[in-house]
Amino acid sequence: MKFAVIVFPGSNCDLDMYHAVKDELGEEAEYVWHDSKDLSSYDGILLPGGFSYGDYLRCGAIAQFSGVMDEVRKAAEAGKPVLGICNGFQILTEAGLLPGVLLRNKNLKFMCRTVGLKVENNHTLFTNEYEQGQEIQIPIAHGEGNYYCDDATYNHLKENNQIIFTYADDFNGSRNNIAGIINERGNVLGMMPHPERAVSELIGGKDGLALFKSIVKQWREAHVSHA
Amino acid sequence: MKKVKVYVTLRESVLDPQGSAVMGSLHKMGYGEVADVRIGKYLELVIEDSERDVDSLVNELCHRLLANTVIEDYRYEIEEVVSQ
Repeated sequence: MKFAVIVFPGSNCDLDMYHAVKDELGEEAEYVWHDSKDLSSYDGILLPGGFSYGDYLRCGAIAQFSGVMDEVRKAAEAGKPVLGICNGFQILTEAGLLPGVLLRNKNLKFMCRTVGLKVENNHTLFTNEYEQGQEIQIPIAHGEGNYYCDDATYNHLKENNQIIFTYADDFNGSRNNIAGIINERGNVLGMMPHPERAVSELIGGKDGLALFKSIVKQWREAHVSHA
Repeated sequence: MKKVKVYVTLRESVLDPQGSAVMGSLHKMGYGEVADVRIGKYLELVIEDSERDVDSLVNELCHRLLANTVIEDYRYEIEEVVSQ
């Protein structure tokens, strides 16, 4: 499986994302610059964390109009897995590929620590290697991870099982402790925590690895029928 | 040419922790009469005259980029710029 790691000016988790897929999973990965006009040769799209365009105006606001985003939209429409982590999640909400928005943390602090997450839905291409309701430990590192949406949007997310990860504790003010959501079709996931930073015991834990394994497993089942 | 002053503010329904922190500071300074603080953004655009209706243009800019209408409201004022 071949992944594109999109690199915006100001991305800073692109190397971690690349490492997770390439070195820990042994899959193909390439860095793709933000003005690329063609993602058709990739099977999965990864939007990494960081501070694209310096977080000017709003997090992800400028990046949503990067040249590559039309291609990301096309990939999403084609049903390819699209994963946005941290700033990648912020970009996906600004681009309208996921509902809601990420506000400043309620205590105004940039928070960097490992937190408990609950897997709320393991029937997705991103979470099939987790148990339903499993508690995992994943690092967070954000100043603006306070997920907000209106009541109608929340009810819709809830009814469709689009809430994928929740925080064990409320530390940033996110609505109903939401840490990650998926689109209706189930192929675009945005989350604030960093699974790509939890892929080896050497660096403190590998609870994030199953997320990447889930993507590859689902893809193999769909594309490699005569293995 | 026109100068457009755009004010982007958080919607009333959205908590503004930054505004709350500033209000707390003002209260500590002794300004107890300050009942609320909301922090927003102010942008100035200079727009060249064209066939495009300036109101529809500014609304489009605000909707597409300058404001995120999920959480923000905006208003604007238009001034004529007299060229030198």
